[in-house]
Amino acid sequence: MNSATFLIWVRETGFLIASSIFIIGLTIRFFEIFMLGRKKDLSEPKGCAMRGGFKTIFTRFLPQDSNTFQRSYFIIIAGYVFHIGLLVALFLLVPHIELIRAALGFGWVGLPTPVVDFLTVLSLISMLALLWHRLTNPVLKMISDAGDYTAWILTFLPLLTGYLAYHHLFFDYTWLLAFHILSAELLMIMLPFTKLMHTFTIFVSRFYGGAISGHKGVQV
Amino acid sequence: MNQLSLEERLRLHGVSRRGFLKFCAATASLMALSPAMIPRIAAALENAKRPSVIWLSFQECTGCTESITRSHSPSLESLIFDAISLDYHHTLQVASGDAAEHAREQAMKDNWGKYILVVDGSIPLGNKGFSTIAGISNVDMLIETAKGAAAIVAVGSCAAFGGLPKANPNPTGAVSIDMIIKDKPIINVPGCPPIPVVMTGVLAHFLTFGTLPELDHLKRPKAFYGQNIHDRCYRRPFYERGQFAETFDDEGAKKGWCLFKLGCKGPTTYNACATTKWNGGVSFPIESGHGCLGCSEPNFWDAGSFYAPLSTPIGHVAQNAGYALAAGALAGAAIGFANKQKSSQAIEKHEEITVNDLIKGETK
Repeated sequence: MNSATFLIWVRETGFLIASSIFIIGLTIRFFEIFMLGRKKDLSEPKGCAMRGGFKTIFTRFLPQDSNTFQRSYFIIIAGYVFHIGLLVALFLLVPHIELIRAALGFGWVGLPTPVVDFLTVLSLISMLALLWHRLTNPVLKMISDAGDYTAWILTFLPLLTGYLAYHHLFFDYTWLLAFHILSAELLMIMLPFTKLMHTFTIFVSRFYGGAISGHKGVQV
Repeated sequence: MNQLSLEERLRLHGVSRRGFLKFCAATASLMALSPAMIPRIAAALENAKRPSVIWLSFQECTGCTESITRSHSPSLESLIFDAISLDYHHTLQVASGDAAEHAREQAMKDNWGKYILVVDGSIPLGNKGFSTIAGISNVDMLIETAKGAAAIVAVGSCAAFGGLPKANPNPTGAVSIDMIIKDKPIINVPGCPPIPVVMTGVLAHFLTFGTLPELDHLKRPKAFYGQNIHDRCYRRPFYERGQFAETFDDEGAKKGWCLFKLGCKGPTTYNACATTKWNGGVSFPIESGHGCLGCSEPNFWDAGSFYAPLSTPIGHVAQNAGYALAAGALAGAAIGFANKQKSSQAIEKHEEITVNDLIKGETK
């Protein structure tokens, strides 16, 4: 198989397989989660559950107190840099916006490529730093399992191949683009079944936590 | 006339030695060869005795021939082309019928092992009758003619990669030359059509060195197909700045902004269009306001719409997503109900144990 044929495969059959598994997987996971339901809380509400729930979705974006920040500033900063870089590369690079437009029928304005490129580099560095931290911190190392490393690899590969493709490094551009798309497809396939599902469940779980506190009248 | 060397033929055409050497320098530069090679090219071409060229046309549109004849107006490249002995070419030869076929057989016999075979068009393997010449099927004629060839030049994307005839659903079972001929040196000169000077450059290289030029993984000469259109495109700065034409007649298009959003395949296309250009260096498709179609890449007809950006998927994405959503919802609901079932069964099976039961258990 030559590079051009491989690129066609990942853009056609590969994408069809990956998007199907991604959508099916996500829908199954959400049905499973929501159909589990929650026990009805019979206690008298001391505050507004809904308000607590929605508020927590946003308040959890920042450390709750300076002590928490001081103890974990490395993870918080590196984590933010990595996530912001990833989201910018994913949603503000013009070729990606065109993909979204083709799939959903709408798009938005992108950023100049060098800006996205710069944030991608920061994101890659942050990911490497976070991996190093995971491998060297005794507690973190002990509680890390294959799922954590799988999630790291699945996220790192699309960023790395995208960077290599943009700069035409080491390999023919067609191969690099095809591998980049393939790595993103692997991410799509695995996302619903790994810890990466937090992309979608994070706000649900924050809401639940906040709603429980809100119901009890605890400040959130 | 056939016995005259190229230099003698050029003199007859009124080309000075100075003009000839300028051509040699241009050829060396085009093929990215060292200036030290210019005298060698000149010597090789001066002494070249009009090598026999047999040109076979199979499932093709004659666009490649149209392109190559454009080098006849009147350039030195065209004289090089004229200076080879083109012994068989459907469109260009005078002879017809038996005489035409006889010319091919005679040229093969006289130059066995030395002639250059140029092929344009793909070969149908589905049914031999799909494409025949003088009652001979394309595949049989190719195998027979390739046997005595020194090298084969597959001109155009059809001969090099199967091209339009091979496009899905490939009704004739079309294949490229290198799918059939495995024991001869093959140079692919793809494009729909290829740039004329690329064709003459490849022939000049072969005449000079007697070997194939350096080829890439798709058997294309690196000198012409080594660089990507996107990297050499004069509109590249607009891509970097995020300035794109959204339609063919908007403000961005008028200002010459990048055509990526209009489906330009420049980033994955390797060809000399952006540097050598067309029509004697006048322009190339992107300069004329249309995105690159990627015509020098394999299966470019099957790479989705010419007007869809390269980063978009090929096929019916929305429809498929709808089916996937429905399937996911069904499966999710089924799993959800099964979980509920399991949970209620567990509750039913739950046995209440009192402290007395535990004490009884201990006394046993």
